[in-house]
Amino acid sequence: MKVTAPGRALLTGNAAAAWAARLARVDYVPAFPITPQTEIIETLTGWIDAGELDCRLVTMESEHAMVAAAGAAAVTGVRVFTATSSQGLLYALEMLYAVAGWRAPLVLVNVSRGLAAPITLEPDHNDVLAARDTGFLQIHCATCQEVLDSVLLAFRLAEDRRVRLPVIVNQDGFYLSFTREPVELPHPETAAGFVGPFDPGSLRFTASAPISQGVAVLGGGPYSYFRYEMHLAAQAALSVYDEIAAEFATKFGRHHPAVEAYRLEDAEFAFYMMGSFATRAQEAVDCLRQAGWRIGLVRPRLLRPLPDARLRELLAGKKAVAVIDQNLSLGKGGVLFAELASALYGQPQAPLLVSFVGGLGGRDLPPEEFFAMAEVLKAAAQEGVAPPPRLLFTAEELAEVQKLRAIAGAERARLKEAP
Amino acid sequence: MSEKKPSFPRPLPSTHLLGTGTPMCAGCGGLQVLHEIYDLLGPKTVFVNAAGCLTLLAVYPFTPFRGGWLYTAMAAAPAGAQGVRDALDILISQGRLPPEENLEVVALTGDGAAYGMGLSATSSAIERGLDFLYLCYDNEGFGNTGQQYSEATPHAARTATSGGPRGFFGYKKDLFAIWAAHRPVYAATVVGAEIMDLARKVEKAKGLKGPRLILALAPCPTGWDFDPKETVEIGRLAVKTGIWPLKEYVDGRVVHTKIPHPRLPVEEYLRRQGRFAHLFQPVRQEELLRELQAQVAAYWAQVTG
Ligand SMILES: Cc1ncc(C[n+]2csc(CCOP(=O)(O)OP(=O)(O)O)c2C)c(N)n1
Ligand code: SF4
Repeated sequence: MKVTAPGRALLTGNAAAAWAARLARVDYVPAFPITPQTEIIETLTGWIDAGELDCRLVTMESEHAMVAAAGAAAVTGVRVFTATSSQGLLYALEMLYAVAGWRAPLVLVNVSRGLAAPITLEPDHNDVLAARDTGFLQIHCATCQEVLDSVLLAFRLAEDRRVRLPVIVNQDGFYLSFTREPVELPHPETAAGFVGPFDPGSLRFTASAPISQGVAVLGGGPYSYFRYEMHLAAQAALSVYDEIAAEFATKFGRHHPAVEAYRLEDAEFAFYMMGSFATRAQEAVDCLRQAGWRIGLVRPRLLRPLPDARLRELLAGKKAVAVIDQNLSLGKGGVLFAELASALYGQPQAPLLVSFVGGLGGRDLPPEEFFAMAEVLKAAAQEGVAPPPRLLFTAEELAEVQKLRAIAGAERARLKEAP
Repeated sequence: MSEKKPSFPRPLPSTHLLGTGTPMCAGCGGLQVLHEIYDLLGPKTVFVNAAGCLTLLAVYPFTPFRGGWLYTAMAAAPAGAQGVRDALDILISQGRLPPEENLEVVALTGDGAAYGMGLSATSSAIERGLDFLYLCYDNEGFGNTGQQYSEATPHAARTATSGGPRGFFGYKKDLFAIWAAHRPVYAATVVGAEIMDLARKVEKAKGLKGPRLILALAPCPTGWDFDPKETVEIGRLAVKTGIWPLKEYVDGRVVHTKIPHPRLPVEEYLRRQGRFAHLFQPVRQEELLRELQAQVAAYWAQVTG
């Protein structure tokens, strides 16, 4: 296999994901197209066609089938990578639960995109959060470099004997998937050395060692036992991740902790969010700090397992935290908010949490909004009461939507009048 | 009945690979056909299963299988088969698995999965030329959930969701023709009661590479409402009345392997099953019976010219 890693290169998030799969020497990629994920598969196909990657790529007829094939291949004994987005992830949801239950150690890159209806191509996190309870672990990336590194970490994590659960590596559609950033490409040998050979463990179908996978159980006893084992494995993944991330840091000089804290030490206030939009928050923190604010950022990279204890430690004693959710659990609110609130519940030094929902369907989060959120935080901390959750949405946006509605309504009226 | 002489070259296996003591209903035609086919395929087999009655064959910590078993989901057996087949091929080609460790990959599903929910997965697996054998045990309904009608339910049959005086309103989908239209390497219909015919077809399928269908009528005492001891008889009658044509698709041609002659009236088959009782009591539904007979006659008139 001819692998030529170009060192530092300008890569999109999608290309970074494909490079990571290549560096991990994946054997098998079942695929199905969906924007904005397609470039990952096209890149891998290009390498396979050019004889640069010894891997079998099969285009399936759906993501449901894609994940079924992925899980089945992984439990037969090969290293499997796949990728999807949005509707595709949801279409595969039934199989996500199944292959996690098989303890199939595969890696799936999800390129986040909002869900229909209304249909959109642009990102938010409702797709990947729908997979929150499937048994797949979740790593959320903020940069293209992180996409590459996280996929390598994810293979190690998934295949670790103490874990053996599939992993989703999430990157935001467009903002990362199609944005070129400088990415450090590890040397192929070093990367392969880090990931190691695929170890199927007790999984595999062969003539001499027949096994049954995914069998039925009778009664809640064994069912609870196996589900809880998965839960314990997912929890154990946290310390395993720490180990792997530390090893990664020594090998490659880049550290990706389970939770990233930015300018937090002396902070009274913090933003809490994940994914690429957190880089916006980081910039806002710098600006606000210049203006005299004591504010920082907390960004969980692992959503499953959620590093609860780490979050409690990091946020203890802070006055107030703005939780910015790029998702909406309809009828409830932001998912990260609920998750963080549960992690902090009953903690004596827990900060006040203020919920914001923003960035839905690719809507940008401009700097002013971070400044405004900081003001809300300060006021809330003074009053000791969190204001109700709010959607980040401007008067201009509302006017724009009203204009659209007026046009749609006028069209309807005109058509009705037409003979 | 003029039958082609069974040309199966050797005696059928006398010991059974599939263990006993399964939770299937007594007289299950699906289990019967699986027993027979598993013996013919041998233990170097991995079954990739979709949700259905036979999913309960392997209940932790027991399994009646000597080979491999993977339960997927109702729509996913062909896709699961793809993953297993591809992985085995990769491992063998890379020298990570010795060729003698290879397995025959068999998708095992009921008709609900095969004719309906799993059909796009099937169609696409055939289109990709997947080297697998698809065994569908067709009990003509969703057995596991209580025999609701499926796309394989015959016209006028009573099921849990077609309980009116005329039974099921639809017509059985022709899965064999759908497969044939995909130009697989092989497709055949069988029934457990016609063991020599079945054995020849399974042997033939076993020797080929590519997508292969064995579509087995699976008389279901529970869903069809007959005495479990009659499973074999009902299967035979399905063939003798012409309701279940035994045929194969090979080299682009469909050949009937048994042409029932003379054909018994369909009534002989229908009468034996509670699911058709409403055709005879409280009044004989002449019109429906004529229609069912005419369908069978039309089929055979077309295929025998
Ligand atoms: C996605 C999904 N929907 C519904 C079910 C419920 N279900 C389990 S078995 C079954 C019946 C399957 O029928 P068939 O394929 O004919 O097999 P049989 O039960 O007759 O053996 C159904 C509907 C399921 N397991 N998965
Ligand atoms: S319901 Fe029918 S197909 Fe299912 S196990 Fe019972 S007899 Fe067999």
